Amino acid sequence: MTTYLLKRLAISLATLVLASIVVFAVLEILPGDPARLMLGMNASADQVELLRNQMGLNAPLALRYLHWASGLLSLDFGRSYTYSVPVIDLVRERLAVSLPLALIALALSTIIAIPVGLFSASRRGRAGDTISMGAAQLGVAVPNFWFALMLIYIFAVWLRLVPAGGFPGWSAGVWPALKSLLLPAIALALPQAAILARVTRSALIEVLNDDYIRTARAKGLPYRAVLWRHALRNAMIPVLTILGLQFAFLLAGTIIIENVFYLPGLGRLVFQAITQRDLIVVESVVMLLVAAVIAVNLIVDLSYAVVDPRLRSRQ
Amino acid sequence: MTLHIDIPEETFSSILAKAFRNTAFVTGFVITLLILAMAVVSYIWTPYDVTKLVISDKTQGPSLAHWFGTDHFGRDILSMIMVGARNSIAVALVAVGIGMGIGVPLGAFAAARGGLVDEALMRINDLVFAFPALLSAIMITAIFGPGAVNAIIAIGIFNIPVFARVARAGALAIWPREFILAARAAGKSSTQISIEHVLPNIATLLLVQGTIQFALGILAEAGLSYLGLGAQPPMPSWGRMLFDAQTRMVVAPWMAIFPGMAIVITVLGLNLLGDGIADILDPKSRRQR
Repeated sequence: MTTYLLKRLAISLATLVLASIVVFAVLEILPGDPARLMLGMNASADQVELLRNQMGLNAPLALRYLHWASGLLSLDFGRSYTYSVPVIDLVRERLAVSLPLALIALALSTIIAIPVGLFSASRRGRAGDTISMGAAQLGVAVPNFWFALMLIYIFAVWLRLVPAGGFPGWSAGVWPALKSLLLPAIALALPQAAILARVTRSALIEVLNDDYIRTARAKGLPYRAVLWRHALRNAMIPVLTILGLQFAFLLAGTIIIENVFYLPGLGRLVFQAITQRDLIVVESVVMLLVAAVIAVNLIVDLSYAVVDPRLRSRQ
Repeated sequence: MTLHIDIPEETFSSILAKAFRNTAFVTGFVITLLILAMAVVSYIWTPYDVTKLVISDKTQGPSLAHWFGTDHFGRDILSMIMVGARNSIAVALVAVGIGMGIGVPLGAFAAARGGLVDEALMRINDLVFAFPALLSAIMITAIFGPGAVNAIIAIGIFNIPVFARVARAGALAIWPREFILAARAAGKSSTQISIEHVLPNIATLLLVQGTIQFALGILAEAGLSYLGLGAQPPMPSWGRMLFDAQTRMVVAPWMAIFPGMAIVITVLGLNLLGDGIADILDPKSRRQR
């Protein structure tokens, strides 16, 4: 077990280091001199050179990488060229939007998907199953940003229940802030819920064929109890895997939705930073997201090992 | 010498008969065919010229003259959706081609060699998977310039590890089989075995994954062109049409409704097709029916 843990951990760390080298290298070969960008086209070559020295851009490549990587480790990401504030402050500010959004979306998708999956699996092949899986099939096909536009049209333009976009900030009160995250969260949750419902259903169906389910039924437990207590618990492994992947996706995948709703989140920050060539922001956010994905994958892998004893003995 | 493998032989006609009884397959097949036909027809005929701006006809609702209405330049939405289909299909299809063309040989190679080579290739795979695909695609297109070609590359790169993983998993299940042992005994090299015996046996798996990635590619392309990073105007694209529609939702909701429905129907068709193929050809799902 310890060997397995250590191996997984080592692989994750190695992936992280490799990813950081890739990110650093890609941004290194990009055209465009950050010092020139900051000073504008009219700056003299001397001025640019001076700033390059100040920013440490003239140091050897390996040294700059080590400096950058050690900065990442101590959460010192440097300063944004365009905002002239430490990147970590920007990230913290934007996470206050993106993280709650991702969590609400994840919660919504789980609340919808698990009961639908249960319902479908327990009525396998009957009308209820066909209808809910048909709906799931449709949900998978809907681009979340188009669904977002439709939601805006119905709930913001037509019914005027929620704002069409923008974010008042948490200082404006919890309710107004939550209200502006509601439509984006629903838009994000729908396709995710559709996928999750399908996974839940097929995982349940697989489990429902197992011997211990027959035993549980044979000893007289009601179907509902078997479904919730025995089947669902055993079907949770693939469901949790998908949930982990979806959470990682939600953190990074909100770029388009944040653009649709004009939300000042992490995705919008990185998108604007890309278009403005604010590379320090781009590389920091990308590295953070990569680290988050790797961490989530590691947690999912470890939860496998906890649940499935066979994995523990495997070297 | 060729080795002939007798897996419980299914004749082509028996598979075909099964296919036509499968609702998902038939629905998906018909939808996909219609979308493809629409894209092909757009080369020779569209109801209106999508490059001609008729300002006097701008933002008209659906009517007999313009079934899906017109946009803010007076262009016919139906015609734009038809032409936009080309772009979506081309981008997604070539991206799948890139993913298969590079990913499948890599996965098959990893499975055939095993050991350190396999381990190394799979770790590289993990590395690519660690990068959020959409974000990276956005970075690639933003950095190397927006446009259909860069969108293809950006989406295609992230198809590579997907196909590598599927091909490897499929191949690993084939390698211990007896007919592979026979082929080995006949003195075939592992490359030969991979091409002649392993690939035909994982073709179904790859086909199903192909339709899934095709559908995902259409969604990704729509997202990129919504952000202005895909095909550039005047070339119509479904994502771009949705972007143009957003600020005009109040006066012209049809500008958003119809291109979105085009995406939904296309992706739905492809997903149904993939599910159908998996159903028909996968013995496991057949047993569960």
